[in-house]
Amino acid sequence: MTRADAHDVPRPDARLHFGVFFQGVNHWTIWSDPSSGSQIDPASFLRVARTAERGLFDAFFLGDGLRLRESEGGIHELDVAGRPDSITQLSALAAATERIGLVSTSNTTFNEPGDLARRLAGLDLLSGGRAGWNVVTTHNAWTGENFRRGGFLDHADRYRRAEEFLSVARAVWNGWAEGAVAGSAEARSWSVPGAVGRVRSRTDHFDVDLAPTLPRSAQGHPVIFQAGDSGEGRDFAARNADVIFSAHGTDFGDALAFAEDVRGRLRAAGRREDALRILPGTEIVIGATEKEAEEKARWVRLEQVTPAVALGIASRLWGFDLSGRDADGPLPAEDPVVAAYDGKFGTRQLGETLDTVAEWRAKADAHGWSLRETVIELGPQRGHVGTPAGLAEKFARFARYGAVDGFNVSPYLVPDGLDDIVELLVPELQERGVYRTAYTGTTLREHLGLGPAV
Amino acid sequence: MPRPALHLAVEIDGDGAHPAAWRRAAHSPGELLTPRRLARVAAVAENAGFTLVTLEDSILPPGAGNGPGDGSGPVGRIGAVERAAFVAASTSVLGVAPVVATTYAEPFHVSSQLASLDHVSAGRAGWVVGVEEDPAAARAWGRPAVEGADALAREARDGLRVVRDLWDSWEDDAVIRSVATSRYLDRSRLHSIDFTGETYSVKGPSIVPRPPQGRPVVLARPGLVPAGLADVALVGGATPAEAGGAAGAAGAPLAFAELEVALDTAGETARERIAHLERYAPWESGPDRLRYAGPAAGLVDLLAELGGHVDGVRLRPLVLDEDLAVLSRLVLPELFARRIAARPLPGTTLRASLGLPRPLSRFTTDGAAALVREETR
Repeated sequence: MTRADAHDVPRPDARLHFGVFFQGVNHWTIWSDPSSGSQIDPASFLRVARTAERGLFDAFFLGDGLRLRESEGGIHELDVAGRPDSITQLSALAAATERIGLVSTSNTTFNEPGDLARRLAGLDLLSGGRAGWNVVTTHNAWTGENFRRGGFLDHADRYRRAEEFLSVARAVWNGWAEGAVAGSAEARSWSVPGAVGRVRSRTDHFDVDLAPTLPRSAQGHPVIFQAGDSGEGRDFAARNADVIFSAHGTDFGDALAFAEDVRGRLRAAGRREDALRILPGTEIVIGATEKEAEEKARWVRLEQVTPAVALGIASRLWGFDLSGRDADGPLPAEDPVVAAYDGKFGTRQLGETLDTVAEWRAKADAHGWSLRETVIELGPQRGHVGTPAGLAEKFARFARYGAVDGFNVSPYLVPDGLDDIVELLVPELQERGVYRTAYTGTTLREHLGLGPAV
Repeated sequence: MPRPALHLAVEIDGDGAHPAAWRRAAHSPGELLTPRRLARVAAVAENAGFTLVTLEDSILPPGAGNGPGDGSGPVGRIGAVERAAFVAASTSVLGVAPVVATTYAEPFHVSSQLASLDHVSAGRAGWVVGVEEDPAAARAWGRPAVEGADALAREARDGLRVVRDLWDSWEDDAVIRSVATSRYLDRSRLHSIDFTGETYSVKGPSIVPRPPQGRPVVLARPGLVPAGLADVALVGGATPAEAGGAAGAAGAPLAFAELEVALDTAGETARERIAHLERYAPWESGPDRLRYAGPAAGLVDLLAELGGHVDGVRLRPLVLDEDLAVLSRLVLPELFARRIAARPLPGTTLRASLGLPRPLSRFTTDGAAALVREETR
């Protein structure tokens, strides 16, 4: 596409926003390659964050998991695991980076709003207004076994708690009026009388009475991210979030349908369509030619889905241990066992198991795929593969047609996995006018082009 | 036999130990809550040669509840763990110990935060075990109040046990990256902690790999937690001898005396500076705490004397911007020159600087035996 046909394009001036997701868990991060670095050494985080900053990314993003995954009766061993507390790690990065946003995934079920809002506000001040909060909820009692509050919330309640949590957090963040601190040491008191409010909130989930201890930051308060894909999750985002992550960023039609659905929900919630940025998670594999890129993607998939990983994924689908089988042989002949959901690994819907296995069998037979190839081909399609120019053309189209506002990139290698994206793809995007050539603001809210915090 | 050199710690919360210290700060009042100010104080402390900075904290505003002051002091404070992580990334040899209370916080989160602080600082993390005594903290947390000394001590003790066991729950070599067996982790080196106390239980293991120091250095006032659980006792005492007595009674591997200091500056004596601030608020002190006001040379002598009784001191300067400057120009250089105190060495952990061994995980066979010895000491 060139600028000449801009009149056909709904958003000719669209700019892509990139985030980087340092995953720290699951099989999408390759650990077996010699270039794979530490998942906990601060140097790895710094390397990724600084590369992203060099590439003018909006945000550096950390996930959260409050119990180690388990499989086959013990801790899951096959994948990368073990990561830092996100706000602590990001507070360190605040001292070592200049511009990039720092987004923490933090859980509303196993935190309390007075405490978490204060920690996030601290990160926001220490970073000069670069903090974000990816709001996640949990509803399983299994995770609750790590917490004194214990706990179990049913699915509907977890979003109710999240919404009440967020409203307490906003009250804490907005608790100080502008200019609440005295201008000089001769003033009668350090804080201007009446300028520091009090938060009293009594809801179904909270009974809180506190004096907020921090002023608003350069961006007001942290940017709110949300990732739930259910209807409830999307509505929550439409009402509350500044950015929504999605799994709808690979296929253009799927991405556009998701974006239009979200915009409809925004209108229903009484918000402007441009009040929310849509950043699907994606992997990006780059090669000098299409063929080279495809070969690299093939390598990436095989490194991610080792025979043991393939058997583990199949075991969870079939409902019994397949670890002795041959991953390069055919699918198991047995029917799956539908066991009760144990809440330990993910949110697979059991009702779909039989259909999924039937689909796997049909496609494996049709293509002559082994079990491992089937897992690779039919697993979640994770992203984009191509040359820098080809990907730039594709992404420009995604942005200009309003299918996405950008991508949250998951590098498959840490800490070098962003290098070719920053060095090869970003310049191609800049050449097409769909990517910034310099940071124009200092805060995350400014990077994202969002209005003032409310 | 001469004792090893004195370890020097300094509290850097707010503008100083006096509730009206902000009136003498070298910056505008609001500057207190900025990263620039925090980085500057940390740099001064590191360059001066302190081994450790501590960071006071509470969910309540400073000066709230039973704190000193007339209510006219600062009411803002960034969380101590966040400040500590920021300081860790802006320094390279300084130990960093935030106050964290487990009275209401989730020990699982506290463990992750402090383990992560140890990772981001490459082994320079400490933890000052705090207590939220004021019932207003319960309302701020939105949890039922923990009231009475016994219950407060129980929550401090149980929280510390959970935090420590979670640090131990990953053995040092749990990440194996075995391509041959397709395993990133060895699950036999990861352990549930299965803690069950009077009021809650915690399963584990941690989500954070074992901290570089094995366990960050635990500092606590005596009596708050069982002696075997702390590495450094923060003791009071109105005289050096009393502090020495308290250190002996504390039963921790090391004891630091708490010492409030106000020093003569170029233009004013310590007493004049205190008198100025007393016009706004009293500088209250426990009857049981050392306080020094006077010229730098007198403080050097006092610290030399203290070196015969305790392993270290935690200084609480009257006004950070004033006293830290005098400490770094006149006091610490003299202490180092006379070998009364020692600077931390670059590239060493806080434990190594303090002469503390790196503990084995209690979940290893040797570690379990060591723990029994520790808890029965």
